[in-house]
Amino acid sequence: MYRERKWKFKITPFRLLLFAFVAIAAAASIYRFVYGLGSVTNLNDDWPWGLWIGFDLLCGIALAGGGFSTALIVHVLHKDKYLPIARAALLTSLIGYIIAMVSLFLDIGRWFNFWRPFFYWGYHSVLFEVFWCISLYTTVQVLEFGEIFFEKVHCPPLKKILHATMPFWLIIGIVLPTLHQSSLGSLFIVAVDRLNPLWWSMLIPFFFVWSAFFLGPAMVTIEGTLAARAYGRSPELPVFESLTKVTLWMMIIYFIVKVGDLAYRGVLSMAFNGSFESNMFLIEMIVFVLLPIIMYAVPSIRTKLWGVVTASVLVVAGVIFNRMNVVFTGYANSVSSSYFPSIWEWLITIGMWSALVLIYCFVVENFPILPKEEHAHGAGASYGSGFHA
Amino acid sequence: MSKGVLVDIPRCIGCRSCVVSCKTWNDLPSQPSTFSNNWDSPGRTNADTWTAVTYHIVEQGDQIKWRFVKRQCMHCNEPACESACFTHSFVKTKEGAVIYKPTEVKQDYCVGCRYCMIACPFGVPSFQWDKAFPFVQKCRFCYDRMKDDLEPACVTSCPTGALKFGDKQELLAEAWSRINKNPGYVKQVYGEKEYGGTSWMYISDVPFNLLGFRTEAFGKPVSQKSIPSYTWDVLKWTPYIFFGWGAILTAMRLYTKRRAEVHDEAEMYAPVEE
Repeated sequence: MYRERKWKFKITPFRLLLFAFVAIAAAASIYRFVYGLGSVTNLNDDWPWGLWIGFDLLCGIALAGGGFSTALIVHVLHKDKYLPIARAALLTSLIGYIIAMVSLFLDIGRWFNFWRPFFYWGYHSVLFEVFWCISLYTTVQVLEFGEIFFEKVHCPPLKKILHATMPFWLIIGIVLPTLHQSSLGSLFIVAVDRLNPLWWSMLIPFFFVWSAFFLGPAMVTIEGTLAARAYGRSPELPVFESLTKVTLWMMIIYFIVKVGDLAYRGVLSMAFNGSFESNMFLIEMIVFVLLPIIMYAVPSIRTKLWGVVTASVLVVAGVIFNRMNVVFTGYANSVSSSYFPSIWEWLITIGMWSALVLIYCFVVENFPILPKEEHAHGAGASYGSGFHA
Repeated sequence: MSKGVLVDIPRCIGCRSCVVSCKTWNDLPSQPSTFSNNWDSPGRTNADTWTAVTYHIVEQGDQIKWRFVKRQCMHCNEPACESACFTHSFVKTKEGAVIYKPTEVKQDYCVGCRYCMIACPFGVPSFQWDKAFPFVQKCRFCYDRMKDDLEPACVTSCPTGALKFGDKQELLAEAWSRINKNPGYVKQVYGEKEYGGTSWMYISDVPFNLLGFRTEAFGKPVSQKSIPSYTWDVLKWTPYIFFGWGAILTAMRLYTKRRAEVHDEAEMYAPVEE
């Protein structure tokens, strides 16, 4: 059992650069708190939600979907061959949620009131569900991570309590994200007649939770490959390849329901009317849904590392593209002005994602997250040499 | 009794005294005017301007008509902002006004999330973008005056009778009688059915879509269902999903656990070596 006590964090030029981004973002955030949202963002009455909500929150939470889909596969269905990736998925998910909460805190105007919804129950608001689920689920993830934490930091009674109650946290840790991934979609149900019908649908909660789920395995593949490269380990290719089955079938269902829903609502023809929105929609469906489906379906592509990684990158980019379309493309026609994030919005976003990378590196280097390397396998030894994050 | 205002668009001469009286009564800061090609100034409502008048030149056959439309919060019967707010910061009063509690009744629970702005189908709520501790701002139907049996400031100052304040149902009946007596009017009261109905209602002799009203969205007429009824259709499933999905997961876990091997996770993982 691992018993080392001291903490370590290697400083490389790349990490120094990330620290610089974090510092710039911190400075810009302080400025925003003193002078108001209008001083650093390009938001206006037409575009009350911008980059921080659209990207950091909606995409961040979706990208953190690896946590709950892996938890379901490993801890509920007990598919043990996926255990090697379970802890890494949980960790990325936890950091992703913390980043999303920080960006939310930056974005809300009356931040000193952030705790109010705990006491004034606006249960008729979708945001209420999002708020409760995200705060509870982050707490649950901290508890789930607690078990790992106490493998390094010794406190036997706490570890024992956590271990005994873990099945409950695991179940609730799947139910809550299922609810709020879908309610992030339900947020836009309110935009009746404002959001383009290619994206507005009473089924949007289903599309959001379903895509967050099938995104999980793709995200795990990318994270696993990046971590393998960064630390000169061998990527868990058999695990990645096996996970493609989950993604493949879920994406096929996603595609069928999406097209069926458009046809049912009689707006399918809008996808081909040549407008900006229709083209964005076609790109979303063809490049980011159909193409990865084909790549996952062809054995000679999915069994190769490049193939499975490329398809996974498409899946992840596709979910980001979808969320961006919902927040920006689908709205553009309903308002009179346009929105493009200011340099400060970009810098704060970049800073937050840099922080995510730094925290990830620190944790995997200090806590038992990634599986022990079995040095007998030589296959991956040559892979990724020379690249150190 | 729920109050409303009937706006008779052909009677409006575009004098903007309603804009001035709104600013005066509500102590809203003035803003420098800007010139624009269509005479709108200010062109739209914002945090410091709760009502604005827009100008439209409409060609109908060989006729050219100048029409002016006063805009403000529509005070929906079932407001989208109220249902979207997760701190109850908006409330539809029994008098018909939709008020924002942090400034109106000093219940400062607003988080500043701006979801109300996403929700409002008329794009009404505005945000104080330049303030460190911003409020959401919009027309409050002069709720303070209404409680003292006074009409809203804008209605009082209207010199032509284009605005009429009163009981909502009576105004609706009057709107239809004006429409039926005068063949020039469009056979529609804007605000009677849109999004479940609003307290402010408009009648016009020019089709509403030519005056900047949203009559259709993406090729279909705008919804006659209230926005809260859409969200509630989804939200009502939450408890069932929570308990149902939780039960399914627990059952699956127990079923598959019997067959699972026992792993010593502490032996499986380790910190990575640099």
